[in-house]
Amino acid sequence: MNLAHLSLLEQTVFVLAALALFLSFALLAQTRLTTMIHLFAWQGFLLALLTGVVATVAHTHHLYISALLTLALKALLIPWMLHRLTRRLQLERHQERLQHQALVMMAAAGLVIFSYWIVLPIARLELISTRNVISLSLAIVQLGMLLMVARRQVVAQVIGFMSMENGLFLAAVAATRGMPLVVELGIAFDVLVAAVLFGVFFFHIRESIDTLDVDQLTRLSEEEREQ
Amino acid sequence: MNALYATLILPAAGGLLLAVVRNLTLAGWLNLGLTVATFAASLLLALQVLGEGPLYSDSLLVDPFNIYLLVLTCFVGMTTAIFSRPYMAHVCRQGSCSQRRMRLYHSMFQAFMFTMLLALSTNNLGVLWVAVEGATLATVMLVSLYRTPEAVEAAWKYFILCGVGIAQALFGTVLVYFAAQHVVGSPEQGLNWTTLYMHAVELSPTVMSIAFVFLLVGYGTKVGLVPLHQWLPDAHSEGPTPMSAVLSGLLLNVALYAVVRLKMLTDGALVQTAHPHLAGHLLMGFGLLSFLVAGLFLHRQRDIKRMFSYSSVEHMGLATFAFGIGGPLATFGALLHMLVHSLTKSAIFVTVGHATHIAGTQSIEHIRGLIRTQPAVGWGLLFGVAAIAGFPPFGVFASEFLVLTATMQSWPWLTPSLLIGLGIAFAGLFRHLHPMVYGPVPQGQQPVRVNMLPVAVHLLLVLWIGLAIPAFLAGWLDQAVRLITGEGLL
Repeated sequence: MNLAHLSLLEQTVFVLAALALFLSFALLAQTRLTTMIHLFAWQGFLLALLTGVVATVAHTHHLYISALLTLALKALLIPWMLHRLTRRLQLERHQERLQHQALVMMAAAGLVIFSYWIVLPIARLELISTRNVISLSLAIVQLGMLLMVARRQVVAQVIGFMSMENGLFLAAVAATRGMPLVVELGIAFDVLVAAVLFGVFFFHIRESIDTLDVDQLTRLSEEEREQ
Repeated sequence: MNALYATLILPAAGGLLLAVVRNLTLAGWLNLGLTVATFAASLLLALQVLGEGPLYSDSLLVDPFNIYLLVLTCFVGMTTAIFSRPYMAHVCRQGSCSQRRMRLYHSMFQAFMFTMLLALSTNNLGVLWVAVEGATLATVMLVSLYRTPEAVEAAWKYFILCGVGIAQALFGTVLVYFAAQHVVGSPEQGLNWTTLYMHAVELSPTVMSIAFVFLLVGYGTKVGLVPLHQWLPDAHSEGPTPMSAVLSGLLLNVALYAVVRLKMLTDGALVQTAHPHLAGHLLMGFGLLSFLVAGLFLHRQRDIKRMFSYSSVEHMGLATFAFGIGGPLATFGALLHMLVHSLTKSAIFVTVGHATHIAGTQSIEHIRGLIRTQPAVGWGLLFGVAAIAGFPPFGVFASEFLVLTATMQSWPWLTPSLLIGLGIAFAGLFRHLHPMVYGPVPQGQQPVRVNMLPVAVHLLLVLWIGLAIPAFLAGWLDQAVRLITGEGLL
């Protein structure tokens, strides 16, 4: 594929998608919760911008609605909710000790390559110019999952979960010019409800085990335990 | 169409209404009334569809495959509501659940029914995803209803694992839409089952096979396929018992329904490639693994609800395996298995709910002498487990026999593993069951007020299906088989 053959706006899509992936890496490396929430908000902002650009390139008007929706939800509302929660849980200064930092970063790089490899057969079909963005979005999804695995703190896990949603949204926008509007609204609704429920859960977890560290959630397992 | 709208609107409105009803007794009765009305509407719908043929519209689709699941969902929802009314009132009196949480419970019960029915009847692959995710969101607060540390942990696990799993399914959905955009004219139609099936052959096989893997992982998490089943035993054991009954009896079915629909689509797209049965083989692999692993796990359970949730994994594995084999006989067996498993398993969970109230614990070690304390519950549990273990003359025997026959026809060398798996599961269930129903009665164990009507109705239905499957039901399932495999069995 020759990047120079693409129009300036299409190239912008690539740049924005790559930046979003970069932010996923930054999320993985970040130890402060407050900064993580900021990074997550920026990722949402990039996605909203990207959606706007795609809408201009493809002349699809309903994408403008999704762009606005993303901006409102992922860049403003959810980060604001997470901020409020961290304040109420007194976690603003919380700094997590990362374990196996180098290993996690290597794994992240590996996952990006893996995503490219999975999407390779689709990219070969040469159906659309933005097909490479599918691999970028899959990489964001995988990194979100890695973040959830690598972190022990529930708020960080939720940010991982939400950044996975970002990756999925990117896939929908880049590969298919957005899903049908009803589906997109449904997904946005689900994400919003999930965000609210996560907030409720933070308090339940803290009430029941007195910490927000998921390593303490070990009561239910198939291991033999004393009763 | 009106009956279909009624089926969907009743639980949706019910969810909103019950969120504001403060009176507990009234809420319980309203919940029951709503499920009865929904069931009546679904029956009307079934008569209509079976008489006049499938209903299609841009947003909704009812054909022989999903109508039987719709009716089943409404029926089990109704009987569970019958059980849940006095049961939850009892829980509330014991003090493990406050008034406000009871309101949440009733509201979310209806919301869950709505998402299930929407997932089954929607014509849109994207809306299906939204509905299945909605079902997770509706039930996650119910799993943690009692707010014990275990319940909160189970709910968190359920939330995160199902959320991550279902995210994979959304990626798969995007890929399907991507494939469809190049063959379907209007983009709005690109996710409709009806449109997709019409164009299945033209869909790019490369994209569809990648998409199917993602979709299988996503919805497979919800079906509880090993190794994605981790959330299932926790959510079932810690949530309120009526919830376990509908999760096991309904949610798993709906997820499997999605997988089977997607398999039909993928089969259509891959028909001219070198691996036309890729989807089927994947289903067989996952199904068989779940079936065997869950059977082994049955042996080491200490919690009665956990044990039966592993039994659900086992049976869903068997049904998945049978759908994977494909062909009319196996598909008929699988459909029948989904039906009888739902009926039997929800009956078992209802009985288990009563048994745990008698014993005051969920620990298998401490549930003893049920038959002597309260014969109705003891015999109910005994018959329920006999049915689920596949004893003749219950319906599960019939469906398992069909699946076994189909395996002997097309994959004879897999038959021994199925037989061994059935044996392991049988032993696992009965080694725990025997002392629970016959053992010595602990001191001071008192009978409780129970309503065994739902159990009796379910088990009698399963018995009826096992003894002589009614002609209308067989014809009904046969229409579904015709739809899925292209040829009928009867």
